[in-house]
Amino acid sequence: MTDTKKQEQGPADGADEREVLLKVEGLVKHFPIKKGILQRQVGAVKAVDGIDFEVRRGETLGVVGESGCGKSTMGRVVTRLQDPTGGSIHFDGQDITRLNAAGMRPLRRDIQMIFQDPYGSLNPRHTIGSIVSAPFRLQGVEPEGGVKKEVQRLLELVGLSPEHFNRYPHEFSGGQRQRIGIARALALKPKLVVADEPVSALDVSIQAQVVNLMDDLQQELGLTYVIIAHDLSVVRHVSDRIAVMYLGKIVELADKTSLYESPMHPYTKALMSAVPVPDPKRRGAKSDRILLKGDVPSPISPPSGCRFHTRCWKATEICKTTEPLLLELRPGQQVACHHPESAEDQAPQDTVLLSAAKEAAAGARGTARPATTDPQPKDDQEAPTDK
Amino acid sequence: MTELSKTGAAVGEPSPSDAPSAFLEVRDLKVHFPTDDGLVKSVDGLSFQLEKGKTLSIVGESGSGKSVTSLAIMGLHRLGARGKNVQMSGEIWLDGKELVGADPDEVRKLRGREMAMIFQDPLSAMHPYYRIGNQIVEAYRVHHDVSKKVARTRAIEMLDRVGIPEPGKRVDSYPHEFSGGMRQRAMIAMALVNNPELLIADEPTTALDVTVQAQILDLIRDLQKEFGSAVVLITHDLGVVAEIADDVLVMYGGRCVERGPVDEIFEQPQHPYTWGLLGSMPRIDRETSDRLIPVKGQPPSLINVPSGCAFHPRCPYADIPKGDVTRTVRPELQQVDGGHFSACHLSQEDRTRIWTEEIAPKL
Repeated sequence: MTDTKKQEQGPADGADEREVLLKVEGLVKHFPIKKGILQRQVGAVKAVDGIDFEVRRGETLGVVGESGCGKSTMGRVVTRLQDPTGGSIHFDGQDITRLNAAGMRPLRRDIQMIFQDPYGSLNPRHTIGSIVSAPFRLQGVEPEGGVKKEVQRLLELVGLSPEHFNRYPHEFSGGQRQRIGIARALALKPKLVVADEPVSALDVSIQAQVVNLMDDLQQELGLTYVIIAHDLSVVRHVSDRIAVMYLGKIVELADKTSLYESPMHPYTKALMSAVPVPDPKRRGAKSDRILLKGDVPSPISPPSGCRFHTRCWKATEICKTTEPLLLELRPGQQVACHHPESAEDQAPQDTVLLSAAKEAAAGARGTARPATTDPQPKDDQEAPTDK
Repeated sequence: MTELSKTGAAVGEPSPSDAPSAFLEVRDLKVHFPTDDGLVKSVDGLSFQLEKGKTLSIVGESGSGKSVTSLAIMGLHRLGARGKNVQMSGEIWLDGKELVGADPDEVRKLRGREMAMIFQDPLSAMHPYYRIGNQIVEAYRVHHDVSKKVARTRAIEMLDRVGIPEPGKRVDSYPHEFSGGMRQRAMIAMALVNNPELLIADEPTTALDVTVQAQILDLIRDLQKEFGSAVVLITHDLGVVAEIADDVLVMYGGRCVERGPVDEIFEQPQHPYTWGLLGSMPRIDRETSDRLIPVKGQPPSLINVPSGCAFHPRCPYADIPKGDVTRTVRPELQQVDGGHFSACHLSQEDRTRIWTEEIAPKL
């Protein structure tokens, strides 16, 4: 294994000393639900509900979680495409939480976003040249040698031909469009790039091309990435540190080796074990798979205490009543759990399992795979969000 | 767990006799679509076999012809106005019956009863105006002369079987009231209500989270064991393939470039495109060397499929065989050993050398 560059840079060596570029504290984003003639607020979708993290210069932070856990909302709030409901965001030492559009404008060149859908994020009526040169126009930047030359250089940088300048988005394939989106994001040499599912719409061979491209550009331009994705294999490949989100909260935040080799939060463990491993020999060793029952509960009324307690096989009374804090239980590994895996129990006095946990544990013991196909009348959390 | 088999499904050259022994046999299937820009050769000469109780995975990039193949087996290309715009040839034998030349009414009787399909996107595959239960009841009553009440009981039973909580209540829900995973389960219930012997699943878990994906794959596996159905699973996720398939068929540009038992495809793949797929894939189970090895370039146009080997413009080894053979001659599937076939001009020695020395160590 070639072990170079950012690979394997543990939290103990170097990474910690790097300067913090983005600092998020207690970030909250609620979407109000309004009803009736008076449009009174009757509730809120708690998409992001109090998260803290830091991103250091030059590193890649991966954010993973199931759909609906708030990871995309987090990305949009951090880039101030949406306004936070509470908490604070510091970028490069400056508080950007409450900056207005005019105040944000000079910062926009430093914070850029790559979007998931390469079809929806490029204006079909604009040429590639006009799309990639838009940042220069909007920010009033006149690059050396003119905008056109700079755009052509960018197109080359992301592996497209400079002759593509006058073509339209529909003439390109998905992978090429994603490269155009990347060229646009990099036009003004940003400090931070937030990429929301940058490769999930692409075929596996093209996905690898784009992952490698983003990697090269990071080396070359010293970029800092926040990469939001649901594919745990991709996240393992690209990230230095990874945050696992569940229902608007970060449940675990660690460097990638610790996280993948010894996850401490039961949810992380379950998530990892659910990923199919591309190795037919491993089929026999499937007994370590943890199958979670049901779906993620509704973010409108998340479960009390630890939000994962309704699906957790280790849940006890304290999980239902007290919300666990995100604590550093091992160097570089923060976990929010009362009963973490492979670490000291945070609530050892509390040993009585909740009924849901008992069922899950019994199922897990009975067979290699918990009996998911059995009817589980208790699984009411599986109820959809809109009822 | 389905037993691994060396001699299982996708084996052998089509025999000359007309009545195949395999449960499902596709012979030299071609599906072409005439368009204003030219003839789109979505599937261009595909053959495979599948036995009952086995799972065949079809993998490949978008536009390689995976889904078109499955729709052809289901006889869905000839429906309505779309039927005028498709040219199909070849043979599809299901349980001793030929489907390509068959009367559409005959195929309709088989569809749903002997063969059923699970689609990728359950929200668009179900009718939003009808209750889940009524849609399952309809699928059942098309093939069984029973009262609505009996069919409804059957629908509840199926929803229960696929793990929908409180099926008696949920049978009256609308699709939008279900979450993604539940909708996918409901669609599986609908597909299995008539105990079909062939189940085609087109990217059944692509739109789902990994935790739900694991539930659905387990469900398909359990149901297959229970009913002994043959399953064709179309996917681009090699992790899913390793998990569930007995045999694998790799498609590129409308043709099969490699097929064989799942162990051999992962351990001794013989086609450079299969190597490319394996190299492109980030691994969750180990630290890989820090770069992925992508397949360079773009997937081929199906209107102007490259001459010779369709993969040659993207193949790093296209210059190894002598002369112009990779650019002029289309390689045929050749037996590697047992049930393992590959369509490549590289010699067996070259392939073994490249795989063991250049590719495998980097994965």
